[in-house]
Amino acid sequence: MGVLVVAEHEAGKLKPGVTNTITAATQLDGDVTVLVVGKQGADAAQAAAKVAGVKKVLVSEAPHYEGSAGENVAALVQGIAPQYTHVLAAASAYGKNIMPRVAALLDVQQISDITAVQDADTFVRPTYAGNAMATVQSSDKLKVITVRATAFDPAGEQAAAPVETLARGPDLGLSQFKGAELSKSERPELTAARIIVSGGRGMGSAENFKILETLADKLGAAVGASRAAVDSGFMPNEYQVGQTGKIVAPELYIAVGISGAIQHLAGMKDSKVIVAINKDAEAPIFSVANYWLVEDLFKAVPEITKELS
Amino acid sequence: MKVLVTVKRVIDPYVKVRVKSDGTGVETANIKMTMNPFCEIAVEQAVRMKEAGVVSEIVVLSIGPQQCQETLRTAMAMGADRGILVETGAAEVQPLAVAKLAKAVIDKEQPKLVITGKQAIDDDSNQTGQMLAALLGWPQATFISKIDVAGDGAEVTREVDGGLEKLTIKLPAVVTSDLRLNEPRYVTLPNIMKAKKKPLEVLKPEALGVDITPRLKTLKVEEPAKRSAGVKVGDVKELIAKLKNEARVI
Repeated sequence: MGVLVVAEHEAGKLKPGVTNTITAATQLDGDVTVLVVGKQGADAAQAAAKVAGVKKVLVSEAPHYEGSAGENVAALVQGIAPQYTHVLAAASAYGKNIMPRVAALLDVQQISDITAVQDADTFVRPTYAGNAMATVQSSDKLKVITVRATAFDPAGEQAAAPVETLARGPDLGLSQFKGAELSKSERPELTAARIIVSGGRGMGSAENFKILETLADKLGAAVGASRAAVDSGFMPNEYQVGQTGKIVAPELYIAVGISGAIQHLAGMKDSKVIVAINKDAEAPIFSVANYWLVEDLFKAVPEITKELS
Repeated sequence: MKVLVTVKRVIDPYVKVRVKSDGTGVETANIKMTMNPFCEIAVEQAVRMKEAGVVSEIVVLSIGPQQCQETLRTAMAMGADRGILVETGAAEVQPLAVAKLAKAVIDKEQPKLVITGKQAIDDDSNQTGQMLAALLGWPQATFISKIDVAGDGAEVTREVDGGLEKLTIKLPAVVTSDLRLNEPRYVTLPNIMKAKKKPLEVLKPEALGVDITPRLKTLKVEEPAKRSAGVKVGDVKELIAKLKNEARVI
């Protein structure tokens, strides 16, 4: 028996969050096996083999795993899951899509978004946008778990573990991948960035986000947005930080023109240092900020960029 | 075609929840309850598809205490045709059990499309739609921002971490709504009055042959660790100095 980690990858590389999930897996009793499914899986499998704590990597490539392929990947995982005590994946859009399907196929109640491992059956997970941390104990024999990556350190490196090919699972033919429109950016990925500059409704327009982008480029930072900014059409959804968007915990989070709704705080309040800039002296965001500045963002942001030049 | 939409009654997302002092859960007494925002988006989508002539009937399903009837009435005021409540009383019903109950109802109702919210904002599980699709053996399209039904299939756009993903799915299928799918309408008084006369069926979990015993036992519920109090800075220069010399993050 051991622990299985389903790894998300893209263009031959592991996605951010996978090595953190491996760290969570190593806190359980048992050898850690990583499963890599899909296009260019072999390259990603080589990368996974070098993550500290990994004992074995399984790789399965087939045309029917193109895209996220939730139904087919779940069927593959279902087939091998009974050999393990726990099946884990990062709580990314990929993991959140596949894992509940795996759980239901195995008649297991999934444990979502864990932030701590207490023992083989007991885990801590946030509920109510992180305002209530629940310690839950599973009575299922096999545990299906998604992991909040920001709650675990990324695993280090090791000499490569063996990589084995896993026979492909069935093609259920239920859905077909038709393409992806991925936002192209030179900036770091939100969930992996050391610094994030995020804008809210106070930005006023999509156009105005340019001043944040200029600052972000100066800092080597990623750009984020609150749900209000996404709702208002200023930024695409993949920039959303919050309970229903991405959960981030960078070294520095700069919140600009963000009031601090519960749902936004849920996505960023574990950042190491939080800076808030808002002209409203009563903005709730200040309650979680290490440093806050009460000023018009259209004056403050360009001034910060200038000072850093 | 017939569409079934699931709706959950949750604590209003704008209410600051309080953890009970005995650590057994959160305070729910005298707290404003509402329809889960993603379920509202799911209902709105079904209503728009009916208005566009793609959908002929909308059935809304809720699982929970008797008060979920209010949530179903709201969905019917938005435009759903009839409601079904699987009344589970005060018992905690976890996503796997919810999916099993929904499957039992769907086996009888035979809709061609099921729309659920992607996540309920109380337990934040993000499981039910995917589990339901698994139990039915149907395709799933989670976190969708667009859906066009054409013949025996649908073209959908999903919100993924890096952007958008496009899929075609066979019907019947389960889809789960993301934020940008639509903006739900406000219910009007005349529609609230009309909704009171729409049929609402109440079922019991035993009648559906589903065991709803929770698999996860909540040992305790605590408040998250508090951040230490921060400081107000006077101007940009002071802010940058603090970030450089005190926090050392830039």
